[in-house]
Amino acid sequence: MSSVEISNVTKTFGKARALNDVTITFEDGGFFALLGPSGSGKTTLLRTIAGFSFPDSGTIRIGERNVETIPVEKRDIGMMFQNYALFPNMSVADNVGFGLRVRKVGAAEEKRRIGEALELVQLGQFANRMPHQLSGGQRQRVALARAIVTNPKVLLLDEPLSALDKTLRVDMQIELKRIQREIGITTIFVTHDQEEALTLSDRIGILRDGRLVQVGPPREVYDRPNSAFSAEFLGETNWLPEAVLPGLSLPGGGEGFRFAVRPEALGLSATRPEGVNALEARLEQRVFAGAMATCIVTVQGQPWKLIARDRDLPELPANAPVWVSWAPEDTVAVPA
Amino acid sequence: MTPRKKALILPALGRAWLALVLVFLYAPILVMAAMSFNASPFYQLPFEFSTRWYQDMAGNAQILAASLRSVGIAVATTVIATALGTAASVGLFRYDFPGKRFLQVMLFPPIAIPWLIIGTAMLVFFFAIGIGRGTPAVLIGHVALALPYVIVTVTARLSSFDVTLEEAARSLGADGWTVLRRVTIPWIAPGIVAGALFAFAVSFDQFVVSYFLAKPGDSTLPVLIYTAIRKGFTPEINAISTIIIALSMGIMFLAARKARFGGGR
Repeated sequence: MSSVEISNVTKTFGKARALNDVTITFEDGGFFALLGPSGSGKTTLLRTIAGFSFPDSGTIRIGERNVETIPVEKRDIGMMFQNYALFPNMSVADNVGFGLRVRKVGAAEEKRRIGEALELVQLGQFANRMPHQLSGGQRQRVALARAIVTNPKVLLLDEPLSALDKTLRVDMQIELKRIQREIGITTIFVTHDQEEALTLSDRIGILRDGRLVQVGPPREVYDRPNSAFSAEFLGETNWLPEAVLPGLSLPGGGEGFRFAVRPEALGLSATRPEGVNALEARLEQRVFAGAMATCIVTVQGQPWKLIARDRDLPELPANAPVWVSWAPEDTVAVPA
Repeated sequence: MTPRKKALILPALGRAWLALVLVFLYAPILVMAAMSFNASPFYQLPFEFSTRWYQDMAGNAQILAASLRSVGIAVATTVIATALGTAASVGLFRYDFPGKRFLQVMLFPPIAIPWLIIGTAMLVFFFAIGIGRGTPAVLIGHVALALPYVIVTVTARLSSFDVTLEEAARSLGADGWTVLRRVTIPWIAPGIVAGALFAFAVSFDQFVVSYFLAKPGDSTLPVLIYTAIRKGFTPEINAISTIIIALSMGIMFLAARKARFGGGR
């Protein structure tokens, strides 16, 4: 296990800057999510750490070693691909054992470690199956076992769960987190799914146009985004119109800031509540979803989203005039 | 005509057509094979079974030498063309370089240009550069003819290859050679086998180019058969031709099976 340090890495493809002076440290044993829209450079960054792509300038350290000029096969990494990339002509055991055979660990050692890795992903009894005989979730586990069996310094995941359906994806998220904790491997994964990033990682990096715009623990990035882009990319955002600002209690700054409220921070009532920020609105729609309900309200002509426990919401007819309110400390302020 | 009648007549026409095609394709071959077992040298009936022509053929040193030479050249062509063709396919698949499209397009004309023209051109060229006629010239010519077939079959197979498999293998520590041997080649193996069988057939059945490039004394089997027929037909030729046909069809059956196997899954 090792930390990964990226310093001033720049990569251009033709005229496009895929990575623009990226500096970031991935701590030893951490679970790190790289989040961003497509074309933001997150996949390029991952492939540069892996060694499929080499930076034009800057350094990459994995553990104690500078690796920016070292090819993939000598970097001692484990990688899981979006489509799993299992070798179709090899059994599950041979897939998992591929990296061990390349390293010539010996037959007995190889067998023992394949067994351990398959136990870890709960596929012990599938060793002799061929990849095409497995379900999507099982292939995923084989790919994970194959990536970690060589005890790599760092585990890289490229949108690992995007090919699975929703239920399976949630199961695999829990599974992935458990395994990562169990073996304590430094893990970096790329995703465009913000929920996945929030669930899995203990640190998040948000990329935009080849630059890291914000890095921090999920809660911190969610609660205190440092830009409108971060705020909108991670979670949903209701922006406060300029016109209503004077009547509200807002966190310091004021000048040069934009303010927003997260949907779940908002309350809804028929009358104006006391001691909180409140705005007049009109209830457009209320969508019942079991425990939770989503409301669309209009504030100053803008649609806002509000999420609350269904039982906490008052019964109101559609188009009713309402008040939306939130605690002043729940206001999100970002530099304009 | 009612649709019902149409539905009955069209398949019947189709079957008749198919039967005709098969008759014209295989009847001459079957007649020749039968005559190679007929005792009469003048194709006289009634048919009298005899292996006399096969015995004659086995005692004919010229035919044996030409057969050996043909098989030798075909095997050498297969090995060289398959190795070069597979390497070329993988290279064209893996890398982008200036002129790649042009190179790919230039692979097809040799399949389409008449062998007669290619043979003449090669003869002129080989004399100009000092190789002249002879077995080396024949071998070079056959490899050049077989190469596009190998590249086309292997490239077809490669087009369904998932490059991330190579990336996955490299991420697990495999160097270029190991990736090729353990991941890429197993995937394209059916294409390589089919290409090799094509290469063998192109060389073994090759008449025109061999005729131009072989020295009169050491001709290949097809050339020998042609010269023999010109001198006067003997049923020995039926015998050796029957053997060649059996061999060629056997190879093509194998190639077809491999190619289909490769297309599946």
